[in-house]
Amino acid sequence: MLVLVAGLLLGGANKELSEFDSVKSMSPLFIKFDNIAGTEDLVLNAKQYKNSSGESFSVSQLQYFVSNIKLRRTDGKEYAIKEDDSYFLIQENNPATHLLKLKVPAGDYKQLTFVLGVDSLRNTMNISKRTGVLDPASSMDNGMYWSWNSGYIFFKMEGESSAAPADPTGSHKFRYHIGGFGGYSAPTINNIKTISLDLVKSGIVKPRINKKATISVRADILKAFNATTNLSIATHSSVMFSEFSVNIANNYSKMFTLHRTEN
Amino acid sequence: MDRRYYFFILGLLVLLTSAGKIMTNFDGFQKPANFPEPVYDMTKNPITKDGFELGRKLFYDPRLSRNNTIGCGTCHIQVAAFTHHGHDVSHGIDDRLGSRNSPPIMNMAWSKAFFWDGGVFHLDLQPLVPITTYAEMDEKMSKVLDKLRQHPDYPGLYKKAFGSEEITSAKTMKALSQFMLMCVSSNSKYDKVMRKEGEKFTKEEEQGYKLFQQKCAGCHAEPFFTDQSFRNNGIAIGRNDDRGRFTITLDTLDAYKFKVPSLRNIDVTAPYMHDGRYYGLDKILDHYRYGVQNTPNLDPLLKQNGQLGIPMTDEEKARIITFLKTLNDPQFLKNPLLAEQEFLLNYDK
Repeated sequence: MLVLVAGLLLGGANKELSEFDSVKSMSPLFIKFDNIAGTEDLVLNAKQYKNSSGESFSVSQLQYFVSNIKLRRTDGKEYAIKEDDSYFLIQENNPATHLLKLKVPAGDYKQLTFVLGVDSLRNTMNISKRTGVLDPASSMDNGMYWSWNSGYIFFKMEGESSAAPADPTGSHKFRYHIGGFGGYSAPTINNIKTISLDLVKSGIVKPRINKKATISVRADILKAFNATTNLSIATHSSVMFSEFSVNIANNYSKMFTLHRTEN
Repeated sequence: MDRRYYFFILGLLVLLTSAGKIMTNFDGFQKPANFPEPVYDMTKNPITKDGFELGRKLFYDPRLSRNNTIGCGTCHIQVAAFTHHGHDVSHGIDDRLGSRNSPPIMNMAWSKAFFWDGGVFHLDLQPLVPITTYAEMDEKMSKVLDKLRQHPDYPGLYKKAFGSEEITSAKTMKALSQFMLMCVSSNSKYDKVMRKEGEKFTKEEEQGYKLFQQKCAGCHAEPFFTDQSFRNNGIAIGRNDDRGRFTITLDTLDAYKFKVPSLRNIDVTAPYMHDGRYYGLDKILDHYRYGVQNTPNLDPLLKQNGQLGIPMTDEEKARIITFLKTLNDPQFLKNPLLAEQEFLLNYDK
């Protein structure tokens, strides 16, 4: 009898946990990332923008990893995109990367959560698990992996600004390469950021088998300069693996807003 | 054809064939009796003859560099315990120079971290550094894979080693790991004495060993002659202010610390230190006797009782050097299994 009750309890618990695993109603859900600068669309190289320190700059490249995508249903249950399919590299110069084509169980979803960066588990995983955008032949070609300090670069923005001191080549560039998953054998900076966006205001997304839903997210690069800490190009023209990078990570973790949802 | 010439060719062929046989004699990975269990998890990358041979071919293949001029074996020369003998800092593509001394490749199976600052925590991720570093091979991984895919032999070799012709980053790294894991140095005179295989230390070597245990083993722990920790050994801060381990942990308490290097085969791995500043064993020991600088995070073992350095008489120094030479492992340095095979067997292909 006890065994039976325990079995029922376990069965009940399992049922709840695996509810999403057994669904046959996988439906298309698209997430669109649109990079902007304040009120303008981000255009690489050609356009000038101004940060909160009053410095004019142009952007030559912008790339960031989006991973560990989860969606919360209106009843509170959360669905996580299968781990191996949940790593994306958004590159401003490659529009195809701006649209993430996911499959989720049909349902009504009220919240989107993702990691900006690559979680520590993947950062330390066996090389045979590093496929797609995490493959060294991809992430390193894109300059999104530090081989010398094993770990992915989560966010990379480079550009030109007269405010930046001249580098050894004479160019006035700024370079922000932000990463750091917390360290392998010794603790160090952790710039992994989890971002949650409420979908209710723009409208709950309702993907169905034959009807895709789309979430449009905007990323405002000006926020990377001032969301929590003021970042001046003149004083910090090159920030990579350093303590100061934590400030930039805190800034860019606030750059995402929900633009709209479509069903 | 001249008969003598004919016999000469025949003799050469026999020699090459037998050489080929010796070189393909593969016994797999063997843990030496005086070594602990390996750190590398070989269940995730079982070493096979085909995997090892693929790794060896890759190790010596200059296709891994941007202009196909240098391979791993260029800066990691077997007779120098896979270091770049005579070069203070690494000397890469287009005569570019790095800022650190090329470390030996030996006993990697027991290594917990790689490079002088320990920035890489797994052997499978290690080759990515020299392949892509500007001052070393300056190539992109995708280009390396493309070159290997276009090669007449590699797809077949990948199939033999890993079951399919597909050439991926992971397989490439795992094959290189298999080769490096087989680079085991465990047959020095010291090892043979420890394993009681009949060899004995001379009186001077025995005295040197005792002195070594008192004065050096605090960091250079047996049997690898490194405890794999990161320490500041008191050498003057380099002109480039290389802060070593700090660059990885960003912990100020790690500034100027570098990985304690193994002393195995030390006689053939000059120059020494992370930037190759010392050329002789003599210089190293004199550094510990007279040269230790009280820089930030100096190791406490070099600052005992308010005294900088390690006290040592001339005679003690000479004995320690005598002992250090028992760490030479000629079998490892000359093992044909670890040598570049193509040069001997296929070089006009």
